[in-house]
Amino acid sequence: MDGVYLDHAASTPARPEVVEAMLPWLSEHPGNPSGSHAVARAARRAIDDARDLVAALVGAQPGEVVFTSGGTEADNLAVDGVVRSTGCLPACSAVEHPAVLAPVAEAGGIVVPTDAGGRIDLGALAEVLSAVDGIGLVSVMLVNNETGVVNDLDAVTAVLVEAASDAVLHTDAVQAVAWMDLTVACRSAGLVSLTGHKFGGPKGAGVLIVRSGVDLAPVLRGGGQERERRSGTQNVPAIVGLGEAARLVVADRAATVTRVGALRERLEAGLLAAVPDSHLTLPEGTPRTPGVAHLCFRGVESESLLFLLERDGVSASAGSSCASGAQEPSHVLAAMGVERGSALGSLRLSLGHASGDGDVDHALAVIPSAVARLREHDPVGGSA
Amino acid sequence: MTVRTDPTRVMVAMSGGVDSSVAAALLLEAGHEVVGVTLRLWGGESDSGCCAVSDVDDARRVADALGIDHHVFNLGDHFESMVVAPYVADHAAGRTPNPCIECNRHVKFGRLMDRAGALGFALLATGHHARVVERPDGTRRIARAVDLAKDQSYVLNMLDQDQLAGLLLPIGDLTKADVRRRAAALGLRTADKPDSQDVCFITRQHGRGDFLGRRLTLTPGRVVDGSGAEVGSVAAVELVTVGQRRGMALAGGVAPRFAVDVDVAAATVTVGPVGDLLVDATPVEAFSWADGPVDGMLLVQTSAHGSSDPAVLDGDLVRWSEPHMRVAPGQSVVFYDGDEVLGGSIARRG
Repeated sequence: MDGVYLDHAASTPARPEVVEAMLPWLSEHPGNPSGSHAVARAARRAIDDARDLVAALVGAQPGEVVFTSGGTEADNLAVDGVVRSTGCLPACSAVEHPAVLAPVAEAGGIVVPTDAGGRIDLGALAEVLSAVDGIGLVSVMLVNNETGVVNDLDAVTAVLVEAASDAVLHTDAVQAVAWMDLTVACRSAGLVSLTGHKFGGPKGAGVLIVRSGVDLAPVLRGGGQERERRSGTQNVPAIVGLGEAARLVVADRAATVTRVGALRERLEAGLLAAVPDSHLTLPEGTPRTPGVAHLCFRGVESESLLFLLERDGVSASAGSSCASGAQEPSHVLAAMGVERGSALGSLRLSLGHASGDGDVDHALAVIPSAVARLREHDPVGGSA
Repeated sequence: MTVRTDPTRVMVAMSGGVDSSVAAALLLEAGHEVVGVTLRLWGGESDSGCCAVSDVDDARRVADALGIDHHVFNLGDHFESMVVAPYVADHAAGRTPNPCIECNRHVKFGRLMDRAGALGFALLATGHHARVVERPDGTRRIARAVDLAKDQSYVLNMLDQDQLAGLLLPIGDLTKADVRRRAAALGLRTADKPDSQDVCFITRQHGRGDFLGRRLTLTPGRVVDGSGAEVGSVAAVELVTVGQRRGMALAGGVAPRFAVDVDVAAATVTVGPVGDLLVDATPVEAFSWADGPVDGMLLVQTSAHGSSDPAVLDGDLVRWSEPHMRVAPGQSVVFYDGDEVLGGSIARRG
């Protein structure tokens, strides 16, 4: 990888131990985990070992771990699976990933507003639960993918209890794994979505934790794998890699949080000092993960800024990208009430396990001058 | 900061079609540092235009094949405010606008060209069939393409000296057949791709009336002849274009009649026989000039693939040397000196 990679919230490099763990399962061990012979049983053992590691990561039972193709499938399965099995109405926060928003919208569900920090508005959630009958699923992401803001799921659960709701809580915890102890943060969620490639694992393997007692109909039907909850031959090498990544993250997360948190503080402080008329997108004091620096630069357009940063060796992102690769206005910032002139000039720099001081140095060397150049030569942005 | 203005560095607007694909390839062959950009302009329904996701994919894969970087710029807000909204407003006022020309004016050679400059690209290239020619005095003009059947000089009529100095049109010297041959020889996937024809935000399936009907309250209108007698009706006066013959519930059995005037305020369309379509003069407005205003005897073209005819530009009137077909208000009226564009204007209601 050339240059400075500050887009870990989009995807992380697989850790070397992960790659090593996966390789035999790509070539030496061809077994299908559903088979009966020794070669098949070896594959079955490999994914069940990974299942144990994921269960330990989340504080779940191994039988509650359902492997999927990734976070999107896990989110879709959570919403559609509960809606199909119970006929309930789903609700979710306004800043959920589209993988939650789309199935909730399709089911005629309810979108609950957030506060200025992008955390679900608990008062609004309570009102929705008392005003609308039949809400059986509430989906609130643990960590937002754009800003890194953290929701308090215990507080969400308290609202559900207070409202005497029997709705199951789903959380998209995809962005949380590298930074938070899920055995605590997700303890009150009945359904939890994860994906490997956000914490040093491979793309193409995800997880939905389905706690016992949660009614869930399968979306993919067929051979009945994953205890009838997700049919389809398991992606053995990717699942092995995901398990190894889970093991590693549990082992060294605390140290990474401290180290990367300090990098992020230095990055933010340096940018705020060097770039006039810039500010952090999240209000001060908003709980957030250590990995994301999300800033707004008034008077520039993200697309132009990202173009210049790429030429200066920095890979970053802003908002979210649509299928064509174009930058789309962020629904997250809109839900937070960020004024459009600021939202147009947003920049997300996301750090990860492999980030170091050199990455921050490089970013601090190039970003202020790129912003200054655009403000001088491309002043249309931000005033539109 | 390593970004600087560099004359060898060219940003190519790649629509996903064969012309801009070959334009990028030719610039690369000529030794430029080339970066491809595809604009995402329209988020709604599209089956025909220059910026559907499948066209972005084609542009990206052509860039991959050429080994150049490719970016997608979302200028949708700008397109909506500068092209789509005025298109709707023009129809509401009874005009027949050309949104592709307004897109060139405000988006491709406006916003994109400005952005290219800010990003360190002194030169923007497109796949238009036209040429930029330099005159002995150092000024530049748009000139017709070598392939006259594909000539697009008309839709580039608004460019001024600053814009022309920053513009490359690499395929203007090639025929369309040459362009396709080059693309095929390079193995580009767009070699056989059909030309895009239509307005990107109007689908063939639903059409202009459906689009405007969702953004405007369309007005049913009377159709009268030159004497004021009511001879037909239309469902929406906003959808009638001067010169139109059909769709006005006119009785048969008489010589064909054509719309010669649209008065939205009075919800009235006036029709007349074919002879009424001919006029001695066409009123125009909203001039743009390549290098300052010109008047007197010129060649004047009133549609993208029409002929250019002699006329005298006298203030805001184009006085035709021979009677000329009426020009629908809103259409571009473009001034030529031989094959070279002097400037443009927009027809207004007389």
